[in-house]
Amino acid sequence: MSPERIVRVASGQGFWGDWLDAPRRQVEGGPVDYLMLDYLAEVTMSILQKQKERDPAMGYARDFIGAMESVLTAVTDRGVKVIANAGGVNPVSCAHAVLEVAKAHGAQGKVKVGVVTGDDLLPRLDELLASGHALTHMETGEPLSTVRDRVLSANAYIGSTPIVEALARGANVVVTGRSTDTALTMAPLRHEFGWAADDWDKLAAGIIAGHIIECGAQCSGGNCLYDWRNIPDLANIGYPIVEAKADGTFTIVKHHNTGGRINVQSVTEQCVYEMGDPHSYITPDVVADFSTIHLAADGDNRVKVFGIKGREATDKLKVSVAYRAGYKAVGTLVYAWPDALEKAQLADRVLRERLDNMGLTFDSLLTEFVGVSSAHGPLTVRTGEAPEVQLRVGVRSPDRKTVERFTREIAPLVLNGPPSVTGFAGGRPKVEEIVAYWPALVDKTVVETRVEVLS
Amino acid sequence: MKVNLVDIAHARSGDKGDTANVGVIALKPEWYPFIAEQLTLDRVRQHFHGVITGDVERFELPNLQALNFLLHGALDGGGTLSLKMDAQGKVFSTAMLRMVLDVPEDRAAVLGLPAAPAA
Repeated sequence: MSPERIVRVASGQGFWGDWLDAPRRQVEGGPVDYLMLDYLAEVTMSILQKQKERDPAMGYARDFIGAMESVLTAVTDRGVKVIANAGGVNPVSCAHAVLEVAKAHGAQGKVKVGVVTGDDLLPRLDELLASGHALTHMETGEPLSTVRDRVLSANAYIGSTPIVEALARGANVVVTGRSTDTALTMAPLRHEFGWAADDWDKLAAGIIAGHIIECGAQCSGGNCLYDWRNIPDLANIGYPIVEAKADGTFTIVKHHNTGGRINVQSVTEQCVYEMGDPHSYITPDVVADFSTIHLAADGDNRVKVFGIKGREATDKLKVSVAYRAGYKAVGTLVYAWPDALEKAQLADRVLRERLDNMGLTFDSLLTEFVGVSSAHGPLTVRTGEAPEVQLRVGVRSPDRKTVERFTREIAPLVLNGPPSVTGFAGGRPKVEEIVAYWPALVDKTVVETRVEVLS
Repeated sequence: MKVNLVDIAHARSGDKGDTANVGVIALKPEWYPFIAEQLTLDRVRQHFHGVITGDVERFELPNLQALNFLLHGALDGGGTLSLKMDAQGKVFSTAMLRMVLDVPEDRAAVLGLPAAPAA
């Protein structure tokens, strides 16, 4: 294998809800070998679990099916491979939906879908708890048994190995459940370059490549504070692509004739995003060391990344458990000049007095004044009078009725509270059930992943 | 003299549970040692006093000319539990950049640090 051989992994989706046009733009805008689509955030699995309870054929990211349709000819005719964690809690149904799309476009036989399962621990949860896996909360140290009866989903974060296996078995689309976001990028590099499972530095490089592009355009000019005014053509922002070499070095690029900007500053901002201890970025495959990342400008909209070190993975996998944690609602009203803030403050006092008079108590009752201090709280430095202020009051309680009663107290303030008030056209605030996130660790040995290739 | 952190650094923040992380990046590589010296654990604890309920952790990344801070108890429980507008800690980045630093004039001159505009 020539050391100069380059593999291109393009990011086409940074979360479920990201730009629908991005996957198609990535496969049409220039050369790519792999399209990587990340759909899962911490609470997404529980939403999907609820959908699956209503309809056993659901429980995966439906957006992915539209994305597959938009890139299908690149997959069938140009050999682009797609890797996505769109499977959610139902990767098998997701894979069948992909095959249906292929069939509908006369491309049956040209799409082989690799399905990775085994991350779903919900059916095994009681067995795990009974055999001494307490799944204690990583921050609070509480055992999972305290919320067991309210658990909606439980998934282990799995690594690159099953994705590599699916690629080796000829899949050109790989669908997983809760694999780590970074594995979606690292797996194709490991597959293409034949990196060993203990080649820690190269695996760490693949993981950091994944970290840089997993949030889509957030490394190519999106949400970039550095010189934000001068970042060109955000309307046509180019999503990032990793151009990787076998030695573990890579370059972050985007297609020509796209907007946004890739420079050392934009990539550095993404490097530090959601960072914990930079010396130990723990993944199922390797522990990557962010203090070894070196970045260098490498021409127009190109940043070279090199020097990355990693070390042996731990013997644990992270588990994401979602559980029902009560109810919440947020109500808002807008007060106008003059004295907008004072009016909003008076309305807040009136509201709180009424809630008190009814004897309603909440786990949390939070007031924020949007336009004044909701972003920076007490750190806000006020300059002049706010021309308008949004009063934003939120409540949280284990009791649905208590939260519902609160939602009836917002609208009356329009006629029986302070003046110059508007912005209530949305009606009564919605009561939302809270599905909270419970991070835990489990021994690697208890999680067995499986790979199936369907066509 | 006074130097506004926002004039010498950029930043990005995110969340992990009830913790917000803030990465602070020097706008010029030669300013990194100065920023690292100024943004001590105590200085950042003091800055976010009354804003967060937990402690602060601090990490240095000289390779990226960046510091990473973990602000615990920053997000009213975090994720879906939080009632905050900024439940995901997205704008803690610029909250950090509100910091104003005191610098001796000669030091500022050597480093070429921009003076804060007169209030």
